[in-house]
Amino acid sequence: MRFAGKSVLITGGGSGIGAAAARLFATEGAAVALAARSVDKIEALADEITAAGAVASAYRCDVTVPQDCAAVVSSVVADLGSLDVVFNNAGIIFRERTVPETSVDEWDATFDVNVRGTFLVSRAAIPVMVGGGGGVIVNNASYFGLVGGRGTAAYSASKAAVVLLTKSMALDHARQGIRVNCVCAGSVDTPMLRNEMDEMGGAEQVRHIFEEKHPIGRIASPDEIAKAVLFLASDDASFVTGVALPVDGGITAA
Amino acid sequence: MTGLDGKVAMVTGGASGMGAATVEKLAERGCAVVALDRNAAGLIALSREVSGISTMAGDVTSSTFCDRAVDAVVVEHGTVDILVNAAGIIVRATAHDTSDDDWRRIFAVNVDGLFYMSRAAVRVMRQQGSGVIVNFGSVWGAVGNAGHAAYAATKGAVHQLTRSMALEHARDGIRVNAVCPGEIRTPMLESERPAPPTEEDLLRIADETVPMGRLGRPEEVAEVVAFLASESASYMTGSLVTVDGGYVAR
Repeated sequence: MRFAGKSVLITGGGSGIGAAAARLFATEGAAVALAARSVDKIEALADEITAAGAVASAYRCDVTVPQDCAAVVSSVVADLGSLDVVFNNAGIIFRERTVPETSVDEWDATFDVNVRGTFLVSRAAIPVMVGGGGGVIVNNASYFGLVGGRGTAAYSASKAAVVLLTKSMALDHARQGIRVNCVCAGSVDTPMLRNEMDEMGGAEQVRHIFEEKHPIGRIASPDEIAKAVLFLASDDASFVTGVALPVDGGITAA
Repeated sequence: MTGLDGKVAMVTGGASGMGAATVEKLAERGCAVVALDRNAAGLIALSREVSGISTMAGDVTSSTFCDRAVDAVVVEHGTVDILVNAAGIIVRATAHDTSDDDWRRIFAVNVDGLFYMSRAAVRVMRQQGSGVIVNFGSVWGAVGNAGHAAYAATKGAVHQLTRSMALEHARDGIRVNAVCPGEIRTPMLESERPAPPTEEDLLRIADETVPMGRLGRPEEVAEVVAFLASESASYMTGSLVTVDGGYVAR
């Protein structure tokens, strides 16, 4: 029970890695606050976690809107008594687009959610954490934040921004008891990836392309990424800060 | 829960510092741990402190010793599931001031020994279709260090051996990762200096160089090693995991 008595805010927690992390955090004793633009999925997940005997609640929050981010942090503190861990997980991708093929709106939306969202939630959370004597932020970057990718220019650029936002926040708040790290996942079996595979011609046809890209020969389960998130969020990682942790089946080792 | 229970783990450099902390951590998590070190007295002291471990005195710079050590563990415990290569030494000198002997000595321990142990363990791990290797890299394998050129060079070699072996064995069920500690309070931190650093010196080092403002504890690194060795890191291979209080984030 590494998170007994802790409260954890997860953005974009309705499915995939966020949902997997929410379930694992709850299993290890945390009170989980789920925040997303549309609340249907996170309300269902909060109900599921609550039914299993843990504490979870859902909050409507568009991470690109400053007022939403400030409000959700205030609500979490009011409802759960503290804010100990933030998992900035909300993210979007527009696939298969070179720069000329990327519309300005797609570029802006990618940076709004992936970078501005991480900035805004952190900006609201850090003063609360400082007041509470410390905390942990884990950002969901990507291996595309460490290496380039074909057809992922906007996404890669946004995730690289998340990596260096992570490191800079880690330095700024290292002496205030706040650790800031990010995970850099490879391809993960999530709705986001399945949508991409559909766009590329269907999961049956293209899944092997994703599998073969990873030296380990398979794509990750959301749990495998969530476990790394929990590790970074826990006291097990007490001297780890400013790290971009690849959880990528070896893809960035090559 | 983390899948470490009942696993057979070998830890080189197990008699002191982060190696000893790793021995203790893995034993606590239910592994059958074999601690290796050339410091036989240190091993005896450790086995009095940590119950249930076994020890093997010897020098990893000998490939014959490494092969025999792995063979002996297989005979005794049936297999090797986890290898932690923690053995390492430091030379405090610029490249210009490093003697032939010091250069060869540090590469023999930090690189050759790690390679010999890994090669011997992989033979066993491939047969059983699973295994984990955790190497001790360093933040100074990632960034330069004026005054410790040979040490930094050995750790750079460890990082690339880690990545390459990870790729070579990714489909054999063998994961290979490294921890990269920064300034950790170990005997090594205090060794090979004209005079041992005072508490004040250590506080100053921490304040000036570590963003967190303190030195790491060996058990904080051992905790990361245990994570990498466990099933919780099942999708991680070829990763270099920094444990440095923010040192290389700059």
